[in-house]
Amino acid sequence: MSGDSSFLAQPGRRAAIPIMVLLLLGFVAPLLAVVGFSFMPPRTFGLWHEPSLENYERIFSDNTYVSLLWSLGLASLTVVLLALICYPVAYGLVRVFGRWSTALTLLFTIPLIVSENIRLYGWVLFFIKGGVLPGTLKALFGVEMGDFLFTPAAVLFGMVYVYLPFMLFPMTLGIAMVPNQMREAARDLGASRWQVFREVELPLSTPGLMIGSLLTFVLAVGAIAEAKVLGGQRIIPITHDIEIAFTYAQNWPLGAALAVLLMLVVSVLVLTVLKRFDLDQILGKR
Amino acid sequence: MSDSNYSVRHILIGVWTAAVLMFVFLPSATILIASMTASRYFQFPITAFGFDWWSKTFNSLEVRSLAYTSLSIAVVVTLIAVVLGFFGALAFARYDWRGRKLYQKFILLPIFFPQSVLGLALLLWFNALGFTLSWKTAVLAHLVWIAPVVTLVMAIQVYSFDPSLEEAATDLGASRWQTFREVTLPVLMPGIFSGSLFAFLLSWGNFPLSLFTTGADNTLPKYLYAKMVAGYTPGVPVLGTISTAAAAIVLFGGYLAMLLLTRNRKAAL
Repeated sequence: MSGDSSFLAQPGRRAAIPIMVLLLLGFVAPLLAVVGFSFMPPRTFGLWHEPSLENYERIFSDNTYVSLLWSLGLASLTVVLLALICYPVAYGLVRVFGRWSTALTLLFTIPLIVSENIRLYGWVLFFIKGGVLPGTLKALFGVEMGDFLFTPAAVLFGMVYVYLPFMLFPMTLGIAMVPNQMREAARDLGASRWQVFREVELPLSTPGLMIGSLLTFVLAVGAIAEAKVLGGQRIIPITHDIEIAFTYAQNWPLGAALAVLLMLVVSVLVLTVLKRFDLDQILGKR
Repeated sequence: MSDSNYSVRHILIGVWTAAVLMFVFLPSATILIASMTASRYFQFPITAFGFDWWSKTFNSLEVRSLAYTSLSIAVVVTLIAVVLGFFGALAFARYDWRGRKLYQKFILLPIFFPQSVLGLALLLWFNALGFTLSWKTAVLAHLVWIAPVVTLVMAIQVYSFDPSLEEAATDLGASRWQTFREVTLPVLMPGIFSGSLFAFLLSWGNFPLSLFTTGADNTLPKYLYAKMVAGYTPGVPVLGTISTAAAAIVLFGGYLAMLLLTRNRKAAL
């Protein structure tokens, strides 16, 4: 049972090859190249220089790491807010709305076909001076609205908006995984509503919650359009710093080092969470 | 006692859901309204409606070439992603093989990865390889993210696939290719179908990957972004609405086609 022919004897392995080749060449290799570049001297464009730690030193001496903190902070807040916003909706979709659930789920999916920067721009036109909200307030009540656009809060708002479905759908899946008998049994044994929620509902729907939180966190930490469109460059997220280093500043090694820091945070989180789950069980459940 | 509590709670959940749904649709509605103004600047409430900007946008050669580039990328991405995803999903959910659990998690990694960083990493990688950036490199970039998504979407379908169907076909004397064509493929058709819809729509609307990997070729989302930051022009909401309408047509047209196909197959049986 050794050698090349038996390695490919399993049909599963053969079927996995095409996408594995794509991901090795288009995902693993570029990330390794980024890691390699991060150890090159600043403002060089090849991988054949003497390795140095200069880029990492610069990030911490120049306060560039502040943008990393902004990104992590905004992403964490996004996750918390979305968990609070989405839980009642997900609960309703699974337990309350009955035959309306399918139609409602479809309604929540439709905005996903609108490109994210178009939807963000919709918010700009909604909040901007003379836009939908200030215009209405002025016409109806004669009230002038304060500025909301181009503030950190607007960026957070945009992230919560864009990543809502990515929290909602895994959460719905998670809540659907809690067997009804389990909740009823707890009720029959005299548990209060809050106890049922805390002791049965929440722990059993954790996989969905965790996957939703992880997905939204990772997407939000890499968000780039929100700060550009709604933040008016007031907040500099880490992705913006990376982009600047790669484009205008032409300092690839610095950009690569910043990307490596972000990748470290993301991969530690993703790998710890994913390790805990059996995907056959989550996805295969009917 | 608890019955009235119960219904109050349900009403609250209903109201909350309606509010969230409104929140979800508000910006698209705003764009739609803004696209119908006649004036050069957006001012709400709207005083003059007009569709001049619609005909201007429709007749613009630049917009046509942008749409063509976006369409080319999305079509090529869909074709390749469906093939990769089909076999990837069989490996994910149908076959049992050593290394499968690891493979399943590996497939998820590009999905759980910040897209803008992936775009920049690919920009660096393409440069290191000496590729000139164009819509073709954007196809590769989209694939790295979309092929795993399609794999996952199809895998969900594959999980419900009963392998004994294939065995029955083989027992009845079907060749491997016949079994694949007559049993596996038709049974998995809904998965293939939703997988290709996903692939097309995700590619059509993608911004963070296209931003860094299209080079001189421009896609609709990238162009719209450049216009947005440059200052207001009514062309932006108009083009945004058109691009969204195109996606909606693909979605509902595809859905209808699927309904018709399944009905025909049922009628043929």
